[in-house]
Amino acid sequence: MKKISKITINEKWCKSCEICVQFCPKKVYDMGRFYPVIARPEDCIACKLCEKLCPDFAITVTSPDKAESNKK
Amino acid sequence: MDYLYYLRKEKMPHIWCDGCGHGIILKSILRVIDKLGWEKDDIAMVSGIGCSSRTPGYVDFNTLHTTHGRAIAFATGLKIVKPNLHVIVVSGDGDATAIGGNHFIHAARRNIDLTVIIYNNYIYGMTGGQASPTTPIGKKASTAPYGNPDAPFDISRLAQAAGAAYVARSTVYHVGKTDRYIEQAFLKKGFSVVEVMTPCPTSYGRRNKEGNGVEMMMFQKKNSVGVERAQKMSEEELQGKIITGVFVDKEQNNYLQRYDEVIDKAKQINQ
Amino acid sequence: MENIPNPNVRMWQGNVACAEGAIAAGCRFFAGYPITPSSEIAEVLALRFPVIGGNFIQMEDEIAAMGAIIGGSLGGAKTMTATSGPGFSLKQENIGFAVMAEVPCVIVNVQRGGPSTGLPTHAAQSDVMQARWGTHGDHPIIVLCPSSVRETYDLTIRAFNLAEKYRMPVILLSDEIIGHLTEKIEIPEPSTIEIIDRKKPTDTPENYLPYKMDDSDIPAMANFGEGYRYHVTGLAHDETGFPTNDPKKIRAQMLRLNRKIQRFRNDIVEVETFNTDDMDVLVISFGSTARSAKRAVINAREKGVKAGLLRLKTIWPFPDKEIEALYKPVRKIVVAEMNLGQIAHEVEWATRREKPVVRVNKIDGEPITPNEIFEAIIS
Ligand SMILES: Cc1ncc(C[n+]2csc(CCOP(=O)(O)OP(=O)(O)O)c2C)c(N)n1
Ligand code: SF4
Ligand code: SF4
Ligand code: SF4
Repeated sequence: MKKISKITINEKWCKSCEICVQFCPKKVYDMGRFYPVIARPEDCIACKLCEKLCPDFAITVTSPDKAESNKK
Repeated sequence: MDYLYYLRKEKMPHIWCDGCGHGIILKSILRVIDKLGWEKDDIAMVSGIGCSSRTPGYVDFNTLHTTHGRAIAFATGLKIVKPNLHVIVVSGDGDATAIGGNHFIHAARRNIDLTVIIYNNYIYGMTGGQASPTTPIGKKASTAPYGNPDAPFDISRLAQAAGAAYVARSTVYHVGKTDRYIEQAFLKKGFSVVEVMTPCPTSYGRRNKEGNGVEMMMFQKKNSVGVERAQKMSEEELQGKIITGVFVDKEQNNYLQRYDEVIDKAKQINQ
Repeated sequence: MENIPNPNVRMWQGNVACAEGAIAAGCRFFAGYPITPSSEIAEVLALRFPVIGGNFIQMEDEIAAMGAIIGGSLGGAKTMTATSGPGFSLKQENIGFAVMAEVPCVIVNVQRGGPSTGLPTHAAQSDVMQARWGTHGDHPIIVLCPSSVRETYDLTIRAFNLAEKYRMPVILLSDEIIGHLTEKIEIPEPSTIEIIDRKKPTDTPENYLPYKMDDSDIPAMANFGEGYRYHVTGLAHDETGFPTNDPKKIRAQMLRLNRKIQRFRNDIVEVETFNTDDMDVLVISFGSTARSAKRAVINAREKGVKAGLLRLKTIWPFPDKEIEALYKPVRKIVVAEMNLGQIAHEVEWATRREKPVVRVNKIDGEPITPNEIFEAIIS
């Protein structure tokens, strides 16, 4: 099975600007009613662009290898 | 990296509007600090007044929120007294080049070892969208309802002409570049300036029909031109483009090094 | 007997005494912008600081100089700037910051004639009210006025001590006459000079509150870069130093800010009396004019008029209690000052206009002579 990155969105801090939705090169997100929805996590390449561009410190992306090791 | 380690979490979420680029610049600053391994105790962040100048309130460093335009003056005194502190100034285009313009050019001339990060959004964001010294001719502002009659400053060129040791410009969309330039600026032992173009959808974008944060960043993505390529382009081709890149990167003695020489001379004479 | 030269005797100008007083007080950072008649202070420190481990910097304007000394003080140094009227106007913005953020520093204003460029090379005492209320908002301030070269030395040291003790900017309000007057003086042995340093935090960094409300009313101050990471702002803030809109917290801090001075005013206010025990006429003066006033009092006594002098060394907070203790028995009060009655107005207030207050004023750059005050005493 393909390892997938762990993406979390802090809805308390998210201001719904959609920057993550529009700039993710793999179109991982869809915009939900208020917050982005992680619609296609399996497509994520862990480039972290969304994390870097989120002005509100609301996204954390943990790449698959780290996500795995964190489980232990 | 863990951004939260550097944030005053209890002050979050920050006051910036949705789609405002200021938070993206702050993230770049924190990533570089993290990469360089600087201790929080060894960093001072100084600002003036404006949305951008609210940055220090959110970071767990020695932080100083001064008067409008004066951050560089306060930072100069602090750096002289505590030369081992990494002193970072964050400022808006209005803060740095209108009311603080004099301090900005003189700090560059003096080559005092500070890094100034300018959040350039072409407007006075905090006070509701009045024209700033970087508002382009013809653009609308609350104090330029028929279009701005004033010509804008090119902040990076201004810093270059005034003698800064390091000058670069990026946009919030180009995070990789922004990180690289900020890192180079932090490592420069002299006056270094990084100008980051950032959207203010609330006070500029809407009024000028440039859309929200996403659309304004799309504009940055499509309309930025590297400084080398820009050199081969005509004035007309460059209309409306954002020229990014490193404008200056030079070695020259900074103010404190020159003051050390003054001390040596004074001691010889007064022996 | 052999003539042993006294090592503590100096032939100094007032401005030099100010610079040397600053050094004696422990000042090691000066930022300034040249302006007559204060420039000698900067020039002396530019010469002396590199040799004694201090830093001098000439900034691009007075606004910057004021900002720089606040930054320097937050870094832990005792800092000073010096200027005159036009520059003093420019410093007001950041003087307000130093008051609000409670940053100790010393501002010297060697007064010249105003308004505007006014009389660059002539004395005045017309910045009395500007020193009190030059920056906006309700705020406390301490202002000291020297009348001699030696006193310039002493009051400069005192200005630093009060700044450090009460965590606030202190203004030394000199004037062109005192600044440029040269006198032979004897300075005190350095070991006998009282030096006060700011109160350092004893709490751990986690528990440190830079604007703590406690019984002392004066919070401990941590230097930047020494392990206490805190926030300093000119916005209204709470104990933590962060901005707040909570009226209760704002009120508490603002009242404490002003209480610092009300509560300790007896420690701050200094006056000198001369022949006041049996007087009929009370003369009140300060700064250079007090010298003429003293001569006038002596001359009046010779003519059989019982005059006495109250010389104000502190003008803000205003020495109202000291005046109150003296004025009841007198026939009239003479206030001599090189302005149009800025102190006289305060005197009338302090004495509830129970006695006639005769004003001796001059605003043309010429000093007030002993005779002019004498005439007012005997008339
Ligand atoms: C002496 C003074 N004049 C005016 C103001 C009002 N003021 C506050 S912020 C600001 C402009 C800020 O614009 P900029 O520096 O571009 O920052 P931004 O808010 O866009 O990030 C002004 C004019 C002030 N606080 N102090
Ligand atoms: S890490 Fe990259 S690919 Fe993954 S969601 Fe974020 S932007 Fe998209
Ligand atoms: S970029 Fe951040 S703030 Fe904007 S929608 Fe995405 S998660 Fe929310
Ligand atoms: S007004 Fe503009 S600059 Fe200020 S927070 Fe909002 S978007 Fe950002």
